[in-house]
Amino acid sequence: MSARILWVRGGLAPIVLAAALLGAWELYVDLAGVESDLLPAPHAVASALWSNGGLVWRNFTVTAEQVVLGLALALACGFALAVAIHLSPLLRRAIYPLAVGSQAVPIPVIGVLLVFWWGFGLFPKLVVIALICFFPVVVTTVDGLASVDPEQPKLLHTLDASRWQTFRFAELPAALPAALSGVRIALAVGVIGAFIAETSTPSTEAYSGLGHEIITDAGGFQTARAYAATAVLFVFAVTCFYALALAERRLAPWSSQSRGDTR
Amino acid sequence: MPAELQAPLQPQAQRAAPAAELVVEDVSRSYRTARGGQVAALEGISLHAAHGELLAVVGPSGCGKSTLLELLCGLQSPDSGSISCPPAVLMPQRDLLLAWLNALDNAALALRIAGLSRRQARARAAMLFVELGLDGFQDARPHELSGGMRQRVAFLRTLLAGKPLLCLDEPFGALDAITRCEMQDWLAQTLTHEPRTVVLVTHDVEEAILLADRVAVLSPRPGRVIAQLEVELERPRVRTDLDVIALRERALAALGVGAGR
Repeated sequence: MSARILWVRGGLAPIVLAAALLGAWELYVDLAGVESDLLPAPHAVASALWSNGGLVWRNFTVTAEQVVLGLALALACGFALAVAIHLSPLLRRAIYPLAVGSQAVPIPVIGVLLVFWWGFGLFPKLVVIALICFFPVVVTTVDGLASVDPEQPKLLHTLDASRWQTFRFAELPAALPAALSGVRIALAVGVIGAFIAETSTPSTEAYSGLGHEIITDAGGFQTARAYAATAVLFVFAVTCFYALALAERRLAPWSSQSRGDTR
Repeated sequence: MPAELQAPLQPQAQRAAPAAELVVEDVSRSYRTARGGQVAALEGISLHAAHGELLAVVGPSGCGKSTLLELLCGLQSPDSGSISCPPAVLMPQRDLLLAWLNALDNAALALRIAGLSRRQARARAAMLFVELGLDGFQDARPHELSGGMRQRVAFLRTLLAGKPLLCLDEPFGALDAITRCEMQDWLAQTLTHEPRTVVLVTHDVEEAILLADRVAVLSPRPGRVIAQLEVELERPRVRTDLDVIALRERALAALGVGAGR
């Protein structure tokens, strides 16, 4: 009963805060008399979303596909690099500087260059997203793999475990909570990654994503629609984040139990 | 148990009996420190234990007891001297139970490593799990278990490795005094059901005398055997027994502490 009340309160808190912020925004636009082309009030954004539902939805599916596939690419590369770094000191020395350096590359510029190389398809966009997202996955997973008690491999050795079994029974599960934290960060930056990917690579599609839409609308003074598209990105990112937190509790229940945080 | 006629306090290192299963002869081991110096951990250690015997190794902290166990388990090699012992399994100081496995799966870990499926491993471990007083905790996660329960699971994991020699590294060192007494009785009992050759490292002289057939006393670093005591007392032993107290005082005297000084 009390747990239920807590849950309701916990679920209500962000809604109340969001409502308060929206109310303040609405009041500000109303009282200060800001022109709606410059800053549309929340109700104007909502009505723009309503009347452009089809357009926003089609662009959303384009963006969502990019985020999901781009993240998948980032996770595959990130985990593979982390395991390589963990298992081989030589690879650690070889890979780490390149991985760090890749984060200093101005990715919007790279986007255009990738299109020169791979053409107008989906792939260069996925590469842009993966480039932005893979790094936190690598760092957290490497730390997680190294978080095993140094005595643990000795124990497993005397139980006749092979290197693979030590990895499978001890290191891999130990790394899971940290790796999932990395995935959370990757997901949060993945949406902005999709925005960068769309706006930095030219596209020949009719619907080329919410990022593209926002830039076009802002240029054409369709301010309310640009805000509507932004709001969809916002909700998408939040939904993904909490879906992942939910998955985390199923994948690594011991970590939330021992840390005592569940959301 | 070989009935050897010996003075309880033997200042010199012991010659190996012919039937001994575990023979450590004149073993030395040193480490290189970060500054490039050499630190001797063990120096000229000779020990032996017959099949089914429990050899306790006592000594102050830092006398190389854990190093000795790692040598027996083949995790390190001696700088000099020889070790002859059957395959050994280590029970480290901390229980090192895996947080993501429940108690029964943790106990059955060695069976999983040997290639059994999860279900087969659980089935094989289930009976001993109950016999060792763990019934009802099969599906508990390690963080839900008390310290004593965790040590029981860790010991069962060691037992199920199926190796003839068990190397126990201060298994009860982290427990409170009451739980420790309980666990000492429990271990003595368990070993009568499941006899193994055991090397028990401890800094608790009383624990050594309650459990062991022979006690080797090590000096502070570098570890040398400064005394060997045969404990030929009936089991179960009681800590208030005068013979137990006498042996305890002898061991403490060898270490240079206690009423013997």
